[in-house]
Amino acid sequence: MGRTLEWLRDQNPTSRGQARAAQAYLAWLRLRRNPLTVAGLLISAILLLMAIFAPLIAPHDPIAQDLTRRLLPPGTAGNWLGTDDFGRDIWSRIVFGSRITLYIVALVILTAPVVGLLIGTIAGYFGGWTDEILMRITDIFLAFPKLILALALVAVLGPGMENAVLAIALTSWPPYARVARAETLTVRNSDYIAAVKLQGAGASRIIWGHVMPMCLPSVIVRVTLDMAGVILTAAGLGFLGLGVQPPLPEWGLMISAGRKFLFEQWWVATMPGLAIFIVSLGFNLLGDGLRDVLDPRSSGK
Amino acid sequence: MTLLSVKNLRVTFDTEAGRVEAVRGVSFALGRERLGIVGESGSGKTMTGRSVLRLIRPPGRIEADEMIFDGQDLMRASEKDMRALRGQRIAMVMQDPKYSLNPVMKVGAQLMEGLRQRDRIGRAAAYDRAIAALEAVQIRDPARVMEAYPHELSGGMGQRVMIAMMLIPNPDLLIADEPTSALDVTVQAEVLKILDDLVKSRGMGLIFISHDLRLVSRFCDRVLVMYKGRVVEELAARDLMQARHPYTQGLLNCLPRIGGDRGPLPGLDRAAEWAN
Amino acid sequence: MAFIEIENLSVTFHAKGRHVRAVEGVSLSVEEKGSFGLVGESGSGKSTILRAICGLAPVTGGSIRIGGAPVPTPRGRAFAAQVQMVFQDPYASLHPRHTIDRVLSEPLAIHGAGDADRRVMQALTDVGLPTSFRFRYPHQLSGGQRQRVAIARALMLEPKILLLDEPTSALDASVQAETLNLLARLRAERGLTFLMVSHDLAVIDHMCDRVLVMQHGRAVEELSREDLAGSRMKTDYARSLFEASADRML
Repeated sequence: MGRTLEWLRDQNPTSRGQARAAQAYLAWLRLRRNPLTVAGLLISAILLLMAIFAPLIAPHDPIAQDLTRRLLPPGTAGNWLGTDDFGRDIWSRIVFGSRITLYIVALVILTAPVVGLLIGTIAGYFGGWTDEILMRITDIFLAFPKLILALALVAVLGPGMENAVLAIALTSWPPYARVARAETLTVRNSDYIAAVKLQGAGASRIIWGHVMPMCLPSVIVRVTLDMAGVILTAAGLGFLGLGVQPPLPEWGLMISAGRKFLFEQWWVATMPGLAIFIVSLGFNLLGDGLRDVLDPRSSGK
Repeated sequence: MTLLSVKNLRVTFDTEAGRVEAVRGVSFALGRERLGIVGESGSGKTMTGRSVLRLIRPPGRIEADEMIFDGQDLMRASEKDMRALRGQRIAMVMQDPKYSLNPVMKVGAQLMEGLRQRDRIGRAAAYDRAIAALEAVQIRDPARVMEAYPHELSGGMGQRVMIAMMLIPNPDLLIADEPTSALDVTVQAEVLKILDDLVKSRGMGLIFISHDLRLVSRFCDRVLVMYKGRVVEELAARDLMQARHPYTQGLLNCLPRIGGDRGPLPGLDRAAEWAN
Repeated sequence: MAFIEIENLSVTFHAKGRHVRAVEGVSLSVEEKGSFGLVGESGSGKSTILRAICGLAPVTGGSIRIGGAPVPTPRGRAFAAQVQMVFQDPYASLHPRHTIDRVLSEPLAIHGAGDADRRVMQALTDVGLPTSFRFRYPHQLSGGQRQRVAIARALMLEPKILLLDEPTSALDASVQAETLNLLARLRAERGLTFLMVSHDLAVIDHMCDRVLVMQHGRAVEELSREDLAGSRMKTDYARSLFEASADRML
């Protein structure tokens, strides 16, 4: 442990890998200073672990019905969060539901920010007509309300998780494009860009190797802050019956199903609601903390 | 009569990368005279200036055996007391008016803000005082400047506005942190002259922080030379050419001169003994 | 025949319907292995001339010739192998997320030159930096060290001409001395041609053979080093610049 720390703290790294690891370590130290951020990171980590080890954590099968044990309150032996109207254990459904939540979030993160980053940097770097056209396309997509688009897609393609993800991704990428473009506009007049242009570098090398790394921090922060929104939107789609279909234990779907019993068997809707709340909060806290850490001021003078 | 007395000032920053000691035991006394603090980047000169006004935020810490301004103990003063001092009795002029003037407020509004809030003067009276302040820094068209935004002014003009703003409340002590470094050479001379006249006519104390040894020597009565958080030499400005510390001599000799020889410029031998 | 020939150069920027005439009708010539200085205050257009040579500012009139041939548009790799630039702000001219190794090996990668490893180490040694700095990031270096990296980077492609845009203005006096010494040594060793911009007459006098004084985008007066030392200026502006600088000499 001591030797690893020494390796990380070495003022003169001997390889690119070591240099990167050292910077990541310093960033981690800065992140650690803020207890709220650490809380957010913990919540996100717990979500991840829950998703990975779901079969080991959940005491019951999330889909198996047991109509003799319907609507049992929290605290019942064997069902610490109670059961829903099909007798399914709510805790197990929440645990397995985390997989679905994570799956949706991961799919959206791998598509929307990537597309947005590409479009934003290209628009910002080239300016002129390229910028105008790309930004107008961005505006068009920005104008689509997520749920209406989801409805339209469902009408055409049928309901399902992948279509929900598609709807969310198609409406999430524009803000990333805007953020990336704004950063690119600032960056493209820098001396280091002028220097590499002067070396004869082409546009793709400059955008990929020089501009994008400077846009990444803003995009990363935005992603973590958006994740909460993505979860809520997926839950909303599930609630409307447009996304994930029963009997899958998606949290939004669980809330929708529990609506009927909201006043007497409140736990059926409230427990998944709490899960969404906690996870969204966790991502927001993490995002806020990341913003402080990834702030360019720390990598400037 | 001592206006400011500082003994063993220490400023430390606790960062993740370790502890950084920006100022390591600086002591000086200032009367109603002009004191120059000279050093390169990292010497601690700016931190020294800011410590007097207690403008250093955590993770920075200020410690001193003594820091007394006109009988008032600055180390023990509450934040409320410090706020009463700042601007009123101790003022600070910084390097770049682009960054120290509020970019979204007109110059006139900024000049009058302090007067109206702090001194509770009516609008018309505040306007007159602001105009008078601008005239004192030799701005020929004060009414026009009052209506301008900071980015519409040239560097020299902006700096003069900054000085005017700082001198409205008639402070006893002015700390000027590289006030002319961002200005063109010909404008520097003008601004310095204005500053000089104002300081003399109002009997203020002046701490002039700069990296430019020659400039400070012409402008100040006494000079403190700082290196790595310590004062390495203290001397009267007119005795500068007889400086004895190797760092000061090095600083004097390393600058190119017009008509000088073209061989390599003498560098600084940063020998360890006087860095500790 | 001069190595760098600029004739009647004009550079005009168009921004949101306004025209800014940064440079108007400036001519100058630099012989091979010579050292030419451009001096003036802010807004004089001196840095814009360097940028125009590099293709980073729009030329709206006049011509620029290097080695007798007009500069190609776009400048391209052959130009890059001949002309390189050292920028003013050492804090802004190195990419904050790239290691020094990457900064120095990139020009070689762009030109498909091999042997990057050895050449990067050699470059660091040539500018007086320890090779252990190779994988540091710019924020781990001081201003003077960063400027050395910038100089090393400019020399990676072995250009014949080095454009220097106020290379030492952002540095402390003692670091400035070291950097100027380094530049002078490199110029002597490699037979480089310098075109240097500065607001500091003393620096220009130390490094250059001839100097052109500029104001508001126009050429005011061209002086030789001897003229400068003997205070033989013909125009008032050049004299006022000289006096403001000399005034500061002890």
